[in-house]
Amino acid sequence: MNSITVEGLGKRFKDVEAVKDVSFAVAEGEIFGFLGPNGAGKTTTINMLCTLLRPTSGTATVNGYDVVRQRKEVRRSLGLIFQETTLDDYLTAEQNLLFHAYAYSVPKSVREPRMKELLTMLELWDRRKESVATYSGGMRRRLEIARGLLHHPKVLFLDEPTLGLDPQTRRHIWRYILDLRERENLTFFMTTHYMDEAEHCDRIAVIDQGRIVALDTPDNLKDALGGDVLSLRSENNEAAMLEIRERYDLQPQLEDGQVVFNVPRGEQFLPEFVRRFGQRLLSVGIRRPTLEDVFLKLTGHAIRDEEASPAEIMRRRWGGRR
Amino acid sequence: MQDVYRGIWVISYRELLRFSRQRSRVLGSFGMPLLLLVVFGAGFNRTIGNLTPGVDFLQFVYPGIITMTVLMSSLFAGLSIVWDREFGFLREVLVAPLSRSGVILGKAVGGGGVALAQGIVLLLLAPVVGIALGPMVILQVIPLLVLVSLTLSGLGILVATMMRSQQGFQVVMQLMIFPLMFLSGIFFPVNNVPAWLQIVSKVNPLTYGVDAIRQVMLGASAAASPLVDGAPLGVTVFGHTMSVLEDAVVLGVLAVALMTAAVWSFNRQE
Ligand SMILES: Nc1ncnc2c1ncn2[C@@H]1O[C@H](COP(=O)(O)OP(=O)(O)OP(=O)(O)O)[C@@H](O)[C@H]1O
Ligand SMILES: [Mg+2]
Repeated sequence: MNSITVEGLGKRFKDVEAVKDVSFAVAEGEIFGFLGPNGAGKTTTINMLCTLLRPTSGTATVNGYDVVRQRKEVRRSLGLIFQETTLDDYLTAEQNLLFHAYAYSVPKSVREPRMKELLTMLELWDRRKESVATYSGGMRRRLEIARGLLHHPKVLFLDEPTLGLDPQTRRHIWRYILDLRERENLTFFMTTHYMDEAEHCDRIAVIDQGRIVALDTPDNLKDALGGDVLSLRSENNEAAMLEIRERYDLQPQLEDGQVVFNVPRGEQFLPEFVRRFGQRLLSVGIRRPTLEDVFLKLTGHAIRDEEASPAEIMRRRWGGRR
Repeated sequence: MQDVYRGIWVISYRELLRFSRQRSRVLGSFGMPLLLLVVFGAGFNRTIGNLTPGVDFLQFVYPGIITMTVLMSSLFAGLSIVWDREFGFLREVLVAPLSRSGVILGKAVGGGGVALAQGIVLLLLAPVVGIALGPMVILQVIPLLVLVSLTLSGLGILVATMMRSQQGFQVVMQLMIFPLMFLSGIFFPVNNVPAWLQIVSKVNPLTYGVDAIRQVMLGASAAASPLVDGAPLGVTVFGHTMSVLEDAVVLGVLAVALMTAAVWSFNRQE
């Protein structure tokens, strides 16, 4: 059975079409990723699936419930970790969880062991009596994950769960996610614009300007590029490109003063290529393609034209605050 | 319906929990009215003298100070929604399986609970400032405080649902609080002012709250007894002097109307 089905989903704000005719299905137990740059429509899609926004076109179901007509049932059956922080700073971690348990009518007999289990797993048990205001960014994230799981949802939505966290904390969060999948057969729907994280997903949808431009497993997406990425610099790049185009019928591109092209089984191709090459080579390199390459190829632009500045990350993670 | 009840109690529980954890808010909310009482008692009381036989200024103003405290805390219910939206917590509430109406009513009940607690503390402090109140009076005042609180929470929440930012909300509140407070008969009898001011005061819902509580405390005869120039101390509308019950009906109707508008506006926006 599918946990999520989406058919022709669209959302138009007054003058922006944030999501356009999006369709996909997520199987039970799958980790499904939405990969796209800022403003691609990731959060808007999540908001529609979680009943916080009404779609302007199309239909969607979560756990078999329609997101427009069965909002209560949808809400009960999912957990959501928002892009921006949504904890109550004036309360302790435990009180935040308690509020959630009451709101989802989790009975005490379930609540007590579940809180202990989750807080222990996410390494917050010892600090549960402390005010959330004293928590670090990583601790807050972990607490939000615990909260999202407290009522035993079948699907967990995570909107950029690791935004603004340091690499070590990010790795930890991923360990919990993979661990949880094993333990609870949860379905994950997550958004990210970190390429390395998208690699952990079973399947990813690449989304750009509100449209899904590709949807497959990370490996298939990379294979579809046509093999390994070969990059070289020569004394005359123009002539080098011409030679590659004519002799091998490949489509090289110029990127940052390097000639870049894809070939299947690059390690076998390279020695022969170097021996026969007519231009003087300054450097040559070969690597497996990354999702970054996939994205570049599909959309014609890099996912992040520049690294997000810390201030930008703060704005996105903390919303209008500060 | 279950979702409505759960919404009310979960949300109001959080409001009270938050309030109890903010020590400065607890102290501040009791400090201000106490300060006012001391100032009026010790400062103005001798200068102003009796307004009508047997009613000195402190006795006159005391019911108003209690109502004013309730006003502040009730409007806070609206501020709390704006805060939740700004700090993100509102989204956690909105995605939970709670009814939207329950959320709004919960905010009002939470704000009302805080307001009532403050009102009761002030009532218990009455003997300290030299005002004698019997238990019967206190029992009658409490439901009136609840009504005042619901009316003003409704107003605060209605404004909050239309405001996107905390700054915007606070500006609008500042613009509303002062007229509500000063033109409500807290500090002067509304029958004893120029005609235009009478009209403004008599459309102010707080006026009826102040009047009802004052009548309960001073007794209905005091409300009807004439001021120096002959008009009664109470509130006269179209030549009719309002009774406690009539005041309560005005408040009740307003409370229902404002709450309904607030729920409707919230449902429409979120
Ligand atoms: N409430 C709204 N009103 C108008 N436009 C909106 C609204 N919410 C989002 N948008 C617009 O819709 C587009 C998609 O936004 P969305 O937040 O879904 O992007 P995102 O992929 O989550 O980006 P990010 O990585 O920055 O979180 C953007 O152009 C945004 O400006
Ligand atoms: Mg987003």
